[in-house]
Amino acid sequence: MKKTVLNQAHQRHGARLVEFGGFEMPVWYSALTEEHHAVRTRAGVFDLCHMGRFEVVGDDPVAALDRVLTRDVASMKKGQVCYSLVCKEDGGVLDDILVYRLPDRWWLVVNAGNRDKLLPWFAEHLTGAKIIDHSESLAMVALQGPLAARLLAPHIERPKGRSLETLGYYRVGAATVNLTGTPLPGWISRTGYTGEDGFEIYVDSEHAESVFDALLQLSDDVQPCGLGCRDTLRLEAGMPLYGHELSEESDPISAGLEFGVGLNKTTAFIGQAALQEIHTAGPTRQLRGFTVEGRRPARQGASILHEGRIVGEVTSGSPSPTLGVPIACGYVEASLAEDAPLQVDLGRQTPDLKAHPLPFYRKDAEKVN
Amino acid sequence: MSEVPQNRNYLSSHEWAMPEDDHIVVGITEFAASELGELVYIELPEIGSEVHFDQQFGEIESVKAVSALNSPINGTVVEINSALVESQEAISETPYDDGWMMKIKPAEDSGMDNLLSPQDYESQLSE
Repeated sequence: MKKTVLNQAHQRHGARLVEFGGFEMPVWYSALTEEHHAVRTRAGVFDLCHMGRFEVVGDDPVAALDRVLTRDVASMKKGQVCYSLVCKEDGGVLDDILVYRLPDRWWLVVNAGNRDKLLPWFAEHLTGAKIIDHSESLAMVALQGPLAARLLAPHIERPKGRSLETLGYYRVGAATVNLTGTPLPGWISRTGYTGEDGFEIYVDSEHAESVFDALLQLSDDVQPCGLGCRDTLRLEAGMPLYGHELSEESDPISAGLEFGVGLNKTTAFIGQAALQEIHTAGPTRQLRGFTVEGRRPARQGASILHEGRIVGEVTSGSPSPTLGVPIACGYVEASLAEDAPLQVDLGRQTPDLKAHPLPFYRKDAEKVN
Repeated sequence: MSEVPQNRNYLSSHEWAMPEDDHIVVGITEFAASELGELVYIELPEIGSEVHFDQQFGEIESVKAVSALNSPINGTVVEINSALVESQEAISETPYDDGWMMKIKPAEDSGMDNLLSPQDYESQLSE
């Protein structure tokens, strides 16, 4: 099992470590629910070094990326971050990623579990550009939560004296990170996977541990957060997780991710024809959100029933710390009415599922900016 | 190191069995409870149902995942701790006491000879 450069730090902070995406990662430090609430109400720090950080180099990275990504890469502005899918010819999803257009280069952040699969795939399909894998040399940590901007701003210097607060949502820029007593060159983006305001910070891996510790020392309101709450936070925020809502057997249209697919973009991309077809015909199944009656969460793989017939399957489910009830996402037959009575097969019980619009949780817009 | 009481025996999957009058009380260890983290749900067997040594008798669910509960003994369920259905806190707080899960009337061949002694279970934990 691989370890991130922050493995020692996790042990020092009392993390319970589990395998995720081939890495030994903290699932929680104190308790999942407490860490979840910390991010919703204050601020939490996450180790994201397990994710893949790829630089795209070549004569024309824009054209090269536009042929392999669903998103209209050419229309991205400098400093913009975009969510995109990487699809196969049949529209099946190889990964969901973030594309970063820095002033003078392009980066991709990909899922930990898909790093090893994507490298040869890009080598084969990315024509006119190639990937440099910086996952080991560049660290990635996140500070997420409504207090993140206020706590971090005094420690981040941006070009032309711009403050951290002026960095927009899904924007990225160069930054000098003054957290450790030594100014560190790096990048900062206003991104996350929690449904809260927050930042992802990129510095050389040799400084990862000191930055991680310094973030935790910013205030008593900050605490280390594991992947357990990252999962409940993203589920509440209606964000898909690869291996759950997304896989090579699912497509972004059925997953409700059409916003991340430039169906009409001028550069033909891998999977475009298949996705156009699914879009035109309408998907046969649809990802929907539910609350589960009672207290027992529905987990991935549980069958969804309508009038005793299996009409779908749960992709993710968990108690929702914010809503206080179990929530779930799952694919069901698209022909089913939104209010069709559904149950979920949990073995001895088949509690009712109540349709809930996605996302389950939306942050108060006033908290940002 | 988590507590391992000397007055009961253990299954390697972290359940304990303790004789009490004519019955055997069953629960999970402090180590198991702490590994599971925050509990949200428990499914216990019905009274009168049979349980079998090292076979699943129920499920316990933490905020993160579902785990099987295995019976340390062959026998018949005579009582369940129904308070746990409402709140599983007792399992996390006093797993050897209020966190008990079921009481079993042992079968003739109870299988209990196969259980680990407290010392053996302790050494399993320290491995």
